[in-house]
Amino acid sequence: MFLIECPWCGRRDQGEFSCGGEAHIVRPASPDDLDDESWADYLFNRKNPKGVHLEQWVHIQGCGRWFNAARNTVSNKIVSVYKVGEEPPHPEKRKPVPESGQ
Amino acid sequence: MQRFSALRLLGHGLTGHKHWRQSWRHPEPKREYDVVIVGGGGHGLATAYYLAREHGMTNIAVVEKGWIGGGNTGRNTTIVRSNYLWDEAAHLYEKSLKLWEGLSHELNFNVMFSQRGVMNLAHSLQDVRDAERRANANVLNGIDSEILTPEQIRQKVPLISISPTARYPVLGATFQPRGGVARHDAITWGYARAADALGVDIIQNCEVTGVLKESGHVVGVETTRGVIRARKVGVVAAGHSSVIAQMAGLRLPIESHPLQAFVSEPCKPALDTVVMSNAVHAYISQSDKGEFVVGAGIDGYNGYSQSGGYNVIEGAVAAIVELFPTLSRIRLMRQWGGIVDVAPDACPIIGLTPLKGLYINCGWGTGGFKSTPGSGWVLAHTIAHNRPHELNLPFTLERFSSGALIDEHGAAGVAH
Amino acid sequence: MSTPNATTSHLQEGLTVNSSRRLNFKFNGRSYQGVVGDTLASALLANGVIVVGRSFKYRRRRGIVSDGAEEPNAIVQLGSGATTVPNIRATQVMLYEGLEATSVNKGYSLDFDLRAIIRLAGRFMPPGFYYKTFMSPKKLWPFYERLIRLSAGLGEIPKSPDPDLYDSINAHCDILVVGGGIAGLSAALTAGLAGARVIITEQQPLWGGALLGRPETVVGLSSKKWIEQVIDRLKGMKEVKLLPNCCLFGAYDHHFYTACETRYPPGITIPEGEVRERVWKIRARQVIHATGAIERPLLYKNNDLPGIMLAGAVSAYINRWDITLSRHAVVFTNNDSGYRAACDLVRSGASVVVVDPRAASETNRYAKWSDQNRVEILNQSWITEARGTLRVRSVIVKRSGEGNQQFEFTCDLLAVSGGWNPVLHLYAYSGGKPLFDEQRGCFVPNAKIEGQQQIGAANGSFSLAACLNEGVEAGIHALFECGYSASVPETTEIESVEEQPILPFWRLAESGGEQFIDLQNDTKVADIELAVAEGYRSIEHIKRYTLLGFGTDQGKMGNIVGMAVAAGLLKQTIPETGTTTFRPPYTPVTFGAIAGRHVGPLFDTVRKTAFHSWHCSHGAEFEDVGQWRRPWYYPREGETMQQAVNRECLTARNQVAMIDASTLGKIDIQGPDAVTFLDRIYTNGWGNLKPGRCRYGLMLGEDGMVMDDGVTTCLGPNHYLMTTTTGGAARVLGWMERWLQTEWPELKVYFTSVTDHWATISVSGPFARKTFEQVCEQVDLSSASFPFLSFREGVVAGVPTRIFRISFSGELGFEINVNANAAQGVWDAIWEAGQEYGITAYGTETMHVLRAEKGFIIVGQDTDGSVTPIDLGMNWIVSKKKDFIGRRSLARADTKREDRKQLVGLLTSDPARVLPEGAQLVANPDEPLPATMIGHVTSSYWSENIGRSIALALVRGGHQKEGQRIYVRNRDGETIAVNISSSVFFDPEGERQNV
Repeated sequence: MFLIECPWCGRRDQGEFSCGGEAHIVRPASPDDLDDESWADYLFNRKNPKGVHLEQWVHIQGCGRWFNAARNTVSNKIVSVYKVGEEPPHPEKRKPVPESGQ
Repeated sequence: MQRFSALRLLGHGLTGHKHWRQSWRHPEPKREYDVVIVGGGGHGLATAYYLAREHGMTNIAVVEKGWIGGGNTGRNTTIVRSNYLWDEAAHLYEKSLKLWEGLSHELNFNVMFSQRGVMNLAHSLQDVRDAERRANANVLNGIDSEILTPEQIRQKVPLISISPTARYPVLGATFQPRGGVARHDAITWGYARAADALGVDIIQNCEVTGVLKESGHVVGVETTRGVIRARKVGVVAAGHSSVIAQMAGLRLPIESHPLQAFVSEPCKPALDTVVMSNAVHAYISQSDKGEFVVGAGIDGYNGYSQSGGYNVIEGAVAAIVELFPTLSRIRLMRQWGGIVDVAPDACPIIGLTPLKGLYINCGWGTGGFKSTPGSGWVLAHTIAHNRPHELNLPFTLERFSSGALIDEHGAAGVAH
Repeated sequence: MSTPNATTSHLQEGLTVNSSRRLNFKFNGRSYQGVVGDTLASALLANGVIVVGRSFKYRRRRGIVSDGAEEPNAIVQLGSGATTVPNIRATQVMLYEGLEATSVNKGYSLDFDLRAIIRLAGRFMPPGFYYKTFMSPKKLWPFYERLIRLSAGLGEIPKSPDPDLYDSINAHCDILVVGGGIAGLSAALTAGLAGARVIITEQQPLWGGALLGRPETVVGLSSKKWIEQVIDRLKGMKEVKLLPNCCLFGAYDHHFYTACETRYPPGITIPEGEVRERVWKIRARQVIHATGAIERPLLYKNNDLPGIMLAGAVSAYINRWDITLSRHAVVFTNNDSGYRAACDLVRSGASVVVVDPRAASETNRYAKWSDQNRVEILNQSWITEARGTLRVRSVIVKRSGEGNQQFEFTCDLLAVSGGWNPVLHLYAYSGGKPLFDEQRGCFVPNAKIEGQQQIGAANGSFSLAACLNEGVEAGIHALFECGYSASVPETTEIESVEEQPILPFWRLAESGGEQFIDLQNDTKVADIELAVAEGYRSIEHIKRYTLLGFGTDQGKMGNIVGMAVAAGLLKQTIPETGTTTFRPPYTPVTFGAIAGRHVGPLFDTVRKTAFHSWHCSHGAEFEDVGQWRRPWYYPREGETMQQAVNRECLTARNQVAMIDASTLGKIDIQGPDAVTFLDRIYTNGWGNLKPGRCRYGLMLGEDGMVMDDGVTTCLGPNHYLMTTTTGGAARVLGWMERWLQTEWPELKVYFTSVTDHWATISVSGPFARKTFEQVCEQVDLSSASFPFLSFREGVVAGVPTRIFRISFSGELGFEINVNANAAQGVWDAIWEAGQEYGITAYGTETMHVLRAEKGFIIVGQDTDGSVTPIDLGMNWIVSKKKDFIGRRSLARADTKREDRKQLVGLLTSDPARVLPEGAQLVANPDEPLPATMIGHVTSSYWSENIGRSIALALVRGGHQKEGQRIYVRNRDGETIAVNISSSVFFDPEGERQNV
């Protein structure tokens, strides 16, 4: 029930959004050039970090737009929100995982 | 190991319970073991126990970052069943259920396995078709499974509303009589005590901070209590599997999600069966203390916070009240969350990894508790023989590249 | 013992009690009187009822120990019938006329309980005893288990559904103040004066918190006057919301808080339409926790006897409810707050002995008072034992120093104060880790959490002056953070009384016997000793092994004491031992209140089509499909379902029939890149689809598995209408939006869901054209100018419509999309026109039969997330010329296997035998279990048109097995021989839809 700053609508409750998982997974331009392992890597393997996660969200109960968020998966603190196609925040701006969350 | 029995309990009662021995040792970690198991939950402890008992490997450490059983083993709704749809899953979970049936005896620790039956409700015609398919598959796989009519459901569980005018009326159910619930802490303590008796070192408050590699082989772990070398390392870290894998330089096809559960205040016995409903999404049983134990669905985002959104609790409570209208006035007493590791096909990943010496057991998602004995049993076999047992052969990482997924998620619906 | 006691009664003047209004109530079947303002607990005490229940495990008699949420003993079942509520704390329910309550654990009566015999067996039931026994013989375990379960639980659930209403409300504010005691009120006043939006919650019906039980003056006013004045001022501020009777129970991320407001007491019958409880979902910018503190008990033998109470509760019952509790009281305290109870007891006429382990030098400011009031203060002394059978009758006091003297004091009340635990639940829910403060002998907030402040007793500041000042300071700080300029309110100084430090102690080694830590669960010191001896070292293990803190009070009174005892046994400090995790809710919350209005018909939206009332008036039976309610079949009088479906099927093939197809998802697609997009999302190609033409499409997940299907029509240049399955509509739209926005943002294409805008009528059958042309005159419906798989616009029954020549039954068919608001007239017109051809309406069941006769799949029934288009024999729809979502996955090792489960038809040897859907298929019917299954029946029907049963199935390598015999093997042991056939049973050439 954390708050997410939709780039178009402003700050809203997380319940209005739906999470699309890890961001910046680019669909391979030529899937046929990949072997089964590399294709599986694209399809299934995920970073799933404990800490800042670059992930996709859609404001499903609002404007319907997809965007990216850098969110700490321990504290749910959102470091930044940025539009699709924009660069993620610089790694130094992503705070380390506070261990207190355990 | 000091044996437990009614007679011994009586004896100790007469002497004021002053002479019970400690259930397991609290050793300092040795510098090197044959096998280090990362994760002191039920699965990790079971792995160590079966390695020692079935494969004669006793130079083993289980390292746990907190207290054993403090993760999902101690946080789940304790449902045990084996009525899975796909053959591969059914065989694995049935192996586990069979182990459950002898576990109190085997461990000499009463894990309070209560085979009160598990019911999965069907609320639509498609649910009914799926239920038929599953029950038939179960029986042909040698697993007890029945189909109940609404009237039979009402007889077993008078609390359920089978009103045909309900928003999602109950049209039927599958029922596994041998399914049930168990005491979550007991499984931890029972395995810990039995493993310790076989020589396994259980090392608590020992967090893994790195994975040691030498020329592509995993040779141990770095921990908050120093470096521990090992010939083989088994990672049984549930929601934290990706974290450990990352230390080893691997990515896994799993995502960690918060999963919430709650109990009501204790009430006099009123619900004799475990009831699950995928359509309205909740599952419920009544504990030996009288609490109604309810599980919710996962929160829809990656999370390591052991807490989730209130909206998920709202949804689960509404589902319970809808199914059990007389529970509306009882009160929610305690709510908590765990971190579950969800695989794309809602099935576990148990096997070798691309790194020699590193073994993985994860991806149990919302359904890990029931498989604790079976999971430990097959992973122990895999570690001991350096190849999967035929029961977990379909559950290795290879299925993700071959495409041979076992889609309990899409097919069976309920994966808890 | 529940004999009214002459020494206890309400005095005339009450702080909050209106003694002029009497209320009748019943407890355990006996009638009593209380007054307005009483809680059930105060009313019972006023009536001299000392024993209120029995403990859970050992069935020991127990009395009221507290006046609040921490009460472990006075747990009652309130009311009866449908409005009963189990497990209510007597300290938290306000008395009302006609209240009826019974103890949840009382046995036959509180005086006699057969199960109290368990006390004798108690020595053989240490914590965790059940882990050590009941294992042999194995077959007796179910019997033992039943016995264990039968003894479970406190109260009983109602026997009939809840008649009451609940709801929830969202609220936003600048500053949320939790707790309406002196600190909270002071903070709310400061914030309110600056004009901030403030919400203040208080779990009790009365404002004032602990102040209600204290007679002190605040800023020159009596405490009661001060509270009244502050509340009057707050009520005058329009941005301030006061929520009494509202317990804040949960704290979530980003200052989201949940609170439950009790609008009518539990157990009472409430007026029609009124809400019994309401959950407030509050989002605040700044939060101030003024949640107070809970007093700790002390440990000594038999510390659970009725007549032993927390000192603060004693004060409250005397001051707030004017109850004379005692004639001869002993106060056992290790801190100054016990002396407040002593003063109050003296004022109410009791003789008092104070037992204080601290040295005389630390209590000498009470010397004068004690001399004047003939109060005996025993310093450096401890109570080692309480004595009495039905209630406390005396205490044994041990004095350290010369000779270790021992005294026995007779008493009818023992007031205890072991110090105070700040209520840090909300802080802990927010991720805070409390710190143990040696000086104050309690856990206090440690690292500050952004946007959150703890004040007053919750911050370990126990004096009234500190509470008042911290309230003002916190208010100002929160205002500043919210961007308000705060003016410091009028000085509100009160004289600060200096208190001597507490002497925290947890356990006396020499005190033997039964010393209870958790009264509800009967967790004793000896239990913790046993847990530690057995190697349970983590506090979480100890807690779980001994059930410490697992009662309905969740260990509010005993947990910290238990942890301290464990720390001592483990030879650790309290911080090293740590606390167990605090878990919401703070106090239990009614399921109904959490569910709110989302029950019954509002549990989930019911979606109905524009023709719903027509379906009802024509006798339709309905089926739930997703959220939609669709007609299943339309039985005529006397018809069984099968008869109705047979009739509908025959009419649809031989005459004309219509179905409401409005629930199919409809997505309007526009833009210059629409074709490019369709090419990527569908398996087949779309480049050559001309305006006015329709095409069937199949879409896959990226894993190559069939996800949805439907017909897409080119309405005009760069303009398409896609249809989806009923259940898949939202998912498909979301899927397409996601690919467009996140992967291909360069594509110019736009999607709009138009499912609800257009109602859809499908008319099919040999007389479909004859029927339809009567209502649609402008469009040439001839096959030459309006061929199969094409689209026209036209006016039908005076309404503009979109007409598609498509069919899911394989017959000549027209599908008409019409503005949903004008749709009923069009439906009626077609219905009328079809009468001469014997038109029938049909539902989903007939639709399923007709499509199965044609071998058309239903995604989700004939597929299950593990089926590729190749498995379905639909290679023809999988383009080899382009990439599309899911294509690469089809080439994976397992996915391209030739012996995958494939869609086939099944024909039974006995044509009358209809296979059960979901039946499993085997090659060898005699194989012992576990048997090898080679597939399952996905769809199965009686086909009246063909005159036999038909079925679709997924069979391993099925495409190569046409004509082979396999078997259905049912779970009841029956086997049915079937032959694998083509999946198309009717009109294999597909001629009928083209006519």
